[in-house]
Amino acid sequence: MTTFTQAAGTPGAAVADQPITKVSIIVSKGSLEGIYPALILANGARMEGIEANVFFTFFGMDAINKARHEHIKVSTVGNPGLHLATWLGGVPGMSALVTQQMMKSMEKLDIPPIPEFVEMIADAGAKLYACKASVDMFALKRADFIDQVEAIITVGDFYQMAGGGQIIFT
Amino acid sequence: MTTLTAVARTTEGFLERVEDWDRSLAEELADEAGIAPLTPRHWLVIDYMRDTFIARGDAPSIRTLGKESGVAIKELYLLFPKGPAKLAAKIAGIPKPHGCI
Repeated sequence: MTTFTQAAGTPGAAVADQPITKVSIIVSKGSLEGIYPALILANGARMEGIEANVFFTFFGMDAINKARHEHIKVSTVGNPGLHLATWLGGVPGMSALVTQQMMKSMEKLDIPPIPEFVEMIADAGAKLYACKASVDMFALKRADFIDQVEAIITVGDFYQMAGGGQIIFT
Repeated sequence: MTTLTAVARTTEGFLERVEDWDRSLAEELADEAGIAPLTPRHWLVIDYMRDTFIARGDAPSIRTLGKESGVAIKELYLLFPKGPAKLAAKIAGIPKPHGCI
């Protein structure tokens, strides 16, 4: 049986007063809607003075891949959140069109495009890493990634680096 | 000249009234935040924050700050560690920025 220790009164009260000082964010998806939340979390952490590591794995590595980071699109197939008919989502050009619309709305809110956003986060002091297992699997090299990437690291390195902080998986 | 003890502030330390602010108060706020003395580079950011807020009614995003204040993101974090947008807003005597970016 699992038991949870909690202070009396409100649930979560035991941890509520402990400020977060470090986050390590994992980016595993390569779609626009898969990448942005992680970038907003990383940037937001730095803005609050929280130390931030961002670990790009699997298709999430597209966000730091020089050849791909300018071409990240909204996934229009199998994405019920868009409220598009399934067959329509697969029409050629649909993903590009929806992406363009979304980028326009984001620009209005001063949310930068992915390449600029990643650079901004690195400039803000967040550390960016690529996942070694994924790099090996996709036969990528250091040179395929933007200069802001600190290193290609193993999952063990990641856990070590994340020690004492919170881990967020996206 | 105003002093910090004489002005109303929020629980997080932001000024309640923008008009209470003056430059000596900014120095006091900077001292309280542990980043005093303010340099001309700090002032560039503080003046930009204040002017933008007065003109637009909202604090600039960190992106706009990095692009338009004359101080790039990297330096912003050196000048105002622990979060430039919030800290510069506080020292500039404007309300806490409420955007996510």
